[in-house]
Formats: sequence, structure tokens, C-alpha cells
Amino acid sequence: MVKSGLEIHQQLATKKLFCDCESKLSDNVIYKFERVLRPTQSEMGEIDKAAIEESLKHRKFIYEATDNSCLVEADEEPPHDLNREALDVALTVALMLHAKIVDEIHVMRKIVIDGSNTSGFQRTALIAMDGYIETSFGKVRIPTICLEEEAARKIEEKDEYVVYRLDRLGIPLIEISTAPDMKNGEEVKEAAQKIGYILRATKKVRRGVGTIRQDINISTGQGRVEIKGTSKLNMIPKWVNMEIERQEMLKEIAEILQKRKARVNEKIYDLTDIFEKTESKIIKNMLRKGGKVLGIKLIGYSGVLKKDKYRLGKELADRVRVIGIKGLFHSDELPAYGISSEEVENIRNLMKLGDKDAFVIIAEMEEKARLGLEKVMERAKIALKGVPDETRGPRDDGSTYYLRPLPGGARMYPETDIPPIRITKEHIQKLASSLPPMPEERAKELVALGINEELAWQLIHEGKDDLFEYLSKNFGYPTVVARALIIGCNDIDYDIIFKALKEGKFAKEAVEEIVERACNGENINALVQSYSSSVDVDTVIDRIIQEKKELIEERGEMAFKPLMGLVMKELRGKVDGKVIAEKLKIAVKEYMEKNK
Amino acid sequence: MNPEPGDYVEVKTDKGIFKGVLLPKNKFSDEDIVILKLDNGYNIGIVPLEMKVLKKGEKKKRVKREIKRKEGLPTISVIGTGGTIASYVDYGTGAVHPALTAEDLIFSVPEIEEECNVRAEVLFNILSEDMRPEYWIKLARHVKKELDNAEGVVIPHGTDTMSYSSAALSFMFERQSGPIVFVGAQRSSDRPSSDAYMNLLSAVKVAKSNLGEVAVVMHATTSDDYCHIHRATRVRKMHTSRRDAFKNINSQPLGEVRGDEVKFYGEYKKRDEDNILLEKMDEKVALIYYYPGLSEDMFERMLDGMHGAIIMGTGLGHVGTHLLKSIREKIKDGIIIGMTSQCLHGRVNLNVYSTGRELKKAGVIPLEDMLPEVAYIKLMWILGNYDAQKAKELLPINLRGELSARRMITW
Repeated sequence: MVKSGLEIHQQLATKKLFCDCESKLSDNVIYKFERVLRPTQSEMGEIDKAAIEESLKHRKFIYEATDNSCLVEADEEPPHDLNREALDVALTVALMLHAKIVDEIHVMRKIVIDGSNTSGFQRTALIAMDGYIETSFGKVRIPTICLEEEAARKIEEKDEYVVYRLDRLGIPLIEISTAPDMKNGEEVKEAAQKIGYILRATKKVRRGVGTIRQDINISTGQGRVEIKGTSKLNMIPKWVNMEIERQEMLKEIAEILQKRKARVNEKIYDLTDIFEKTESKIIKNMLRKGGKVLGIKLIGYSGVLKKDKYRLGKELADRVRVIGIKGLFHSDELPAYGISSEEVENIRNLMKLGDKDAFVIIAEMEEKARLGLEKVMERAKIALKGVPDETRGPRDDGSTYYLRPLPGGARMYPETDIPPIRITKEHIQKLASSLPPMPEERAKELVALGINEELAWQLIHEGKDDLFEYLSKNFGYPTVVARALIIGCNDIDYDIIFKALKEGKFAKEAVEEIVERACNGENINALVQSYSSSVDVDTVIDRIIQEKKELIEERGEMAFKPLMGLVMKELRGKVDGKVIAEKLKIAVKEYMEKNK
Repeated sequence: MNPEPGDYVEVKTDKGIFKGVLLPKNKFSDEDIVILKLDNGYNIGIVPLEMKVLKKGEKKKRVKREIKRKEGLPTISVIGTGGTIASYVDYGTGAVHPALTAEDLIFSVPEIEEECNVRAEVLFNILSEDMRPEYWIKLARHVKKELDNAEGVVIPHGTDTMSYSSAALSFMFERQSGPIVFVGAQRSSDRPSSDAYMNLLSAVKVAKSNLGEVAVVMHATTSDDYCHIHRATRVRKMHTSRRDAFKNINSQPLGEVRGDEVKFYGEYKKRDEDNILLEKMDEKVALIYYYPGLSEDMFERMLDGMHGAIIMGTGLGHVGTHLLKSIREKIKDGIIIGMTSQCLHGRVNLNVYSTGRELKKAGVIPLEDMLPEVAYIKLMWILGNYDAQKAKELLPINLRGELSARRMITW
């Protein structure tokens, strides 16, 4: 049974959550400093599993302070009061998701020691609980809605240090978690899209790459996997479905291994001598540096590491990749990569391997190779059981890769620097009385303005529905406006273009080209000027009426059609037909009245 | 069954039912609110209609921690006095508690055990701002006792008044057999980013050194790269919240601790053979900040019943000329008045302007580049241990490195 849930993080377009800095990204680095973080010991003396792995990897963090970061982000000043505008956005979203808003908000500190927060914790507050959204496949429950601060932006990662930039740290985030109510990738995508629309309906969310992030939880009955940072909506079905396949594969492998009574031998073999004259570049280089080739045997693991659809070898390699080891090889893929069949045979003989047994070797400096093999053994043992709990990262081809173990229950304690915030009934009522329309209602409103539903949803998706409403109400041409906004950028003055269109300066067919060129930086007034037809519509119409006055006298109003044909012959593409028709109609009428 | 903090409860509200561990009331919360810790770790405040206990909470047992003795390591005494550096968090309730035993303190920085054998004791647990001269006396006596058994003493202290306490002990110890090192934290030790770890560890390293002075050890920069060793009589908290809030004024720090290395920049006093403590303090000393608008009346009331006063004058050491008369009279009455500058940086000079010359003529003692708070403590200490004539002699001369003749352009 597939169970999948979503966790959505959306940045808000207010000031930062706990200080007065702008919520934006910045390349203006004004200062750098270094810090270390220590896992703090809890009362029980246990430290988070993910915390240990993290502190094992890195100790030193370099922070880049930017023009939009202050002492608060540098962890050199206590947080200011929680930004009330951001809180109102979160409360509005909670109301739109039909959730129960708590009476008093308590800001918590969630321990995070990967350096992404200078303080070593992320400030987060639970705002509301037990909401839901309606979808085509039923209700999706939303157990929690939180308001929290965004982490610092990772700039560079090396073995000895990680560089983070403080521009992003502290930007308000709404975190929406769904229950595991989705059963496949399409459902996950629909829920993500729906929640995205609701967030954008507030008009107070940041837009652009990285401003919304989805994490997806997937369980196929055994273990739980979180895919972090699945920001491309259209890729979601692929990520989910490929992860389901991966989990099914791991379950099959576990069955095979159990049947074979497979096990992991913990002895570590030094195989360096075998590779004395190896042709493998990776191994040669490592040996030259003073490294070794160490290996272990996996009893009964042959054929599941890499054969047919089985890929346990990749899982093993993933576990050591995160500690910086690239030179891992296993028996299912050898001989290859310059490793000869003779070398493989020598290993098999030395380890006394049977037909069904496999081996894994690592070429590295000795200490690191040992650490790596321990990780391999750990992962190989889990394979006997099935799917491990993991945090994974998404790849563009739809696959995912191992990042770290799933963090245990978050260690949280109160942010004592921020007093609790009472949410009064009156305040909720005030927000409830002015909720933005739900996306479905908004789509209907837009359709009523004269565009089709697809365009309406695109406008909502891009957050350009308000601008569309304004422009089409003032200048007409709803479909032209909608198309122009969808292809266009945000920072040009559309008024100028559509005012000119309404005045008949150019045909509506020219609009998209003008918008594109304006978005590429060309001067908008000059563009409008250059597209405006050099001919004066009225002069052309007057001339043609004079030339064909017999036609009017003969046929009266019926002359409009042939006259229109003549005018259009001269002005097609230069002036919009609708404008010409209107002007021609009036001119014909006037001529007839004058010559009665 | 009455719900008590720690119980797992079900709370009925007009919005629905919530379940979680009942937490103690928060004094910043509204009266009608109860606070729950939900299963997901979050705390929320809700207005209850009804509350039912689902499971009684278990009383937490305090984990007893023992510090093991290691042969061959020096003994360092750690004397707790309270403050940010000595607090820890209870993850059950989320409350931040003061470390009740010095063991708790050491346990939070286990590396200390590699450095030395620790004799730990919490002498008092007060907020830094509640510090009083009588506590300095108690602290000094305890430190003297500890120095008989330990190589050095480390005193975790709240940062707000740490430089007052350190200056007080600096004057009280005429001779000291080991380093007396004050240390604080600007971020509490329950945070992964706390400066307490590095500061405390660095302080222990200084306490093992040959220093025969009272020092303050704190972050030198905003980075976790090294600590400065400050002379107790020269240091001042110059920022409300930064890690590198402590700065040496009108001098250079004594040295630094970078990783394992303790480095002294220049001259410093070495350990003495024994300890001599002169711990009396005369509390009848005022510290007066001059400002435009300070009336004669107010000024005189501040000096009422005092044996001495330190003025934080403007610029080179001035007060409004309207106070000259009062000053002359008070000095005639036997009050000792010393002049420092509210500029903090630089030396006072009562020869440059006429007001200065008048003050000097009236008997005001210019106190060179001494920090106002240090001068205040020094005067309390001198008046407690010497007669008035001797006190006047001692006030402007260098006893514990609190003033100097030269100030360099590069400081």
C-alpha cells in the first residue's frame, strides 16, 4: 500500500520573520565570519542520529553577511518580535485550509546543526492544525501549518568547511504538512498544485526559483523515505513513481537475501597487494597517494548489487559518496573500470568467495576506507530487512539519491527570547471576512472577463490575475492581454502597450512581439512608436469612401463589407481590424447622413 | 484527578480536542491559556473548556554525574556564580534552568576533563545585575581558599557586571598564587552556537598558565576563532549582545587563546608564592555621570553621606561650572572625588581648559585613563583598607594595571 504525503515550504514576501531585513537574495557580501556548532546533549544523553552524521562531516562554517542581513542573522542579537504581516499571511492560509488556529502561538527552537542556521536551531511556530483541501481524489488532510524562518543559503561545501550566505536566513516560510493521503505521483502533484494556488492567492508569497519547495514522503509499507526539495511540479509524478519502484525493488532484494540466508562478514581484507600493477586509474592514483584497497565480503549478495533490475550496489555507493568516497567497486560490476578479471579472481580466491557471494572494495586512504566499509556493512545489513528510513535528494531524470538518515523526532524547546502571541477571536474574524477568493472562484471570475479556463488557470498560477483584471477592464482584448501577460515579464508598463492597442495604433497581432522586445530591455515607448502604423487610419478611410462613393449611394449600409475589404487590403497587420471596422462604420454612416 | 504539569492530557476547546503534555504556566501567557507540548514537539497555547488526564507524568530523576579524577593533570577550581554561561535547558518542559551544580556545567563541555581535574562548586546563583559588593567579598574569600588547593580558579559569571566583579577581585588580591579567570557567555550553553564552550575551555587553559593576575576571557571576534585574555581592570562590556562584547579600553589585551595555545602579548604579572587578600570595601562611594542639566541640588544629594565619588565627566574630565562650588565644599568636608571621562577612550586632563584647572584646584583627582567603573571599585577598596590620606595617594597611581602612561595610536 503506497502512502505519500507532502511538506510544502513557501517563502513569504514580507520582511524577515525576526528582524527588519528585506526578504531577498543578495550577492552583496559585506563581511565574512566563521563559527562551529556543537550537538548539545539532551538530558537523556542521546544525540540525534542525523546530528551525529552531520557533525562527523563538517565542523567549520563560514558565513557571508550580506546587505540584507543584520546582527540577528549573525546570531549576535536576540530576535525581534515576530513579523505580524507574515503571521497574518500564515493565518490567512490556515483559514483557507479550514484549519483550527491555536489561541496562543509559541515560537520553538528546532535543533539543526548542519550550519544552515547560525544559531544551531530553526525558529518555528505551530499556527494551526487539522485543516484539509478538496481534490479530485478526495480530501487531503493537513495536520499542521507552521510559520518558520528560512535557513541560510549554501554557497560552497568542502570536506573541511561549508560556506553559507545569510541573505536567505530568516525569510518567513509557511510550512504545510499533509497526511499521507496520496497513493501515486499524480495525486501528489495535484495536492501540491492546489496548495500552491492557495498560497499564491494571498499575493504575499515570494515568486521565482527556490521560493517554494516541496518535500515528499513515501512509504510502501516498510520504511519511510523523504525526497527533499522536489521543486518542479511536473516532475513530481516521476519522482514519486520511481521511488515506489525503488522501494519495491528493495523489498524483493530483501526476500531474495532472506531466502539465501545472506549475511555480512565484518572482516575487512587488505587487498592492496592484488592491485600492485593495476590498470585502474582511480586505484592507481589512490595507491600513489599512499592509500589502500580494502574490501569486505557479502555472503549471498551476488546478483542483487547490479543485475537485471536490481541495484543494491548503487545504494551502497551512495552511503560512502556522502563522506567523500568515490572509489567503491562491487563484484556485480567487475571486471570493468580498468580492474581486470585476474584481479577479480584474486580477490575471490583470497576471500574464499562462493558462487552466490559478493564483495565490495574501496580504494581510499586507510582510515577513510575503513569508515566507508563500515557504512557499506551497515547499509548491506539493512538490505536484509528491506527499505531503510532515508532522506533522499531528487535528480532531473526522476531518480533520487541518498542524502542522510531521516532525522529522529525533532528536538524542540521554546524560543525564550520571544513572548507567546495571543491570537484573538476578533483578529481571526477580521482576517476571515477578507479572505482572498479560492483559486476555483478566481478562475470563474477570470473566465467571466472573457478568456478560456486554461488561460485563467495559467494567470492564477503565475500570479498575474490581478494585473489581467485591471488591463482587460480598462483596455479590452482579454485574450490578447492574458497571452501577453503569460509570455511577458513582470517589470514592464503594460498600460502603455494596451492603451496604444485600444487607440488603434497597431494590430493586436503585434502585441506579443512588443511585449517580448520590451521584456528584453527595449524602450517601451519607442517600441510602441515604431509599431504604430505610419498611415493615418482616418485618412485612408476618407480616401476610400471618396473613391467609392457610388458604391455607398447604391448599396447604402450594405456597402460596408466591400469597403472593409478595400481598407483592410491597405491596413492589414498595421491596424487592428476591429478598430478599422468601428471607424469605417461611423464614416459610412456619416457620409450617408451628409448626402441624404 | 487534577492535571499537573508533566501529565499527558486531553483538552476540549471550542475548536476541537487537543492532546499533549501539559506544561507549566508561562508568565508571559494570558491567564486563560494552558500550554501543551504536542506529540510533534511543538508547544501551543489554547483556551480549555475541559481537561482530562490520560496519563500521569513521571517524576524526572536527576541524573547524577560524577567527575573522575585523572592522575597527572593540574587541578582547576570552577566557582559558579550564575549567568548565561551556567544555564541549561530541560527538553521535557523546555524551560531554561540555571546549572545547579558545577558538574552540570562541566558536563556541557566534556573537553575540560581532558585539560584538568576540576573542583567544582556553585557559590551563588544570581542574575548578573543583582551582584553586590558583599558578594565580591564572599567570592574573594572562597577564591583564596580554592587557590590553596588548585592551580588556578575559573569563575563563570554573568556578563552584565562581570568586569565590576573581576576588577573588585583584582584589587582585593594583593598577591595571588594562580590565575583567577572570569568567563561568561553571550549565548546560553543550551544552544549549539553558544560561545560558552570556547570561552570556558579557553578560560581553563588560562587558569593553568603562569598568570598571577585576575583576567577576563571572552571571544575576541564574532567568529569562533580565538579568545582574548583581558586584564580585569581594563576590560568593559561594550555591546549588549555580541560575542566579542568585551573590549580592552586604553590598552591591549594581555593575550589570546587560540586552539590549544595560550599566548601573552607582552608584560604580565606572574604567579606569587602565596595569597594576600585585602577584601574590605567601603560602600559609601558614588559613581556619578555628569550630563547637561545635572543640578547642584541633585549632585549634592548624590554625594550626601558619601566618603568618596567618581565623576564621569565630559571630554577631558569636565563638569558644568555651576557644580564647582559644591565640589569645593564637599572636598573641604573630606570627600575624595576622582575624575574620569565618559568618553572611556583616552586620558583625562584637567590642565587644558579653565574648568579643568578649577576642578584640579578644588582638589579633584584626575584619574588618567582609568575606566569609571574601575575607579569606582578602586575607591571603595582603598577606602575600605586604608586611611583617607593614603587613599588620596593611592587613587591616581597604578596598582593593578588599571592605568598607564602611554596610549598607542594603533590601539
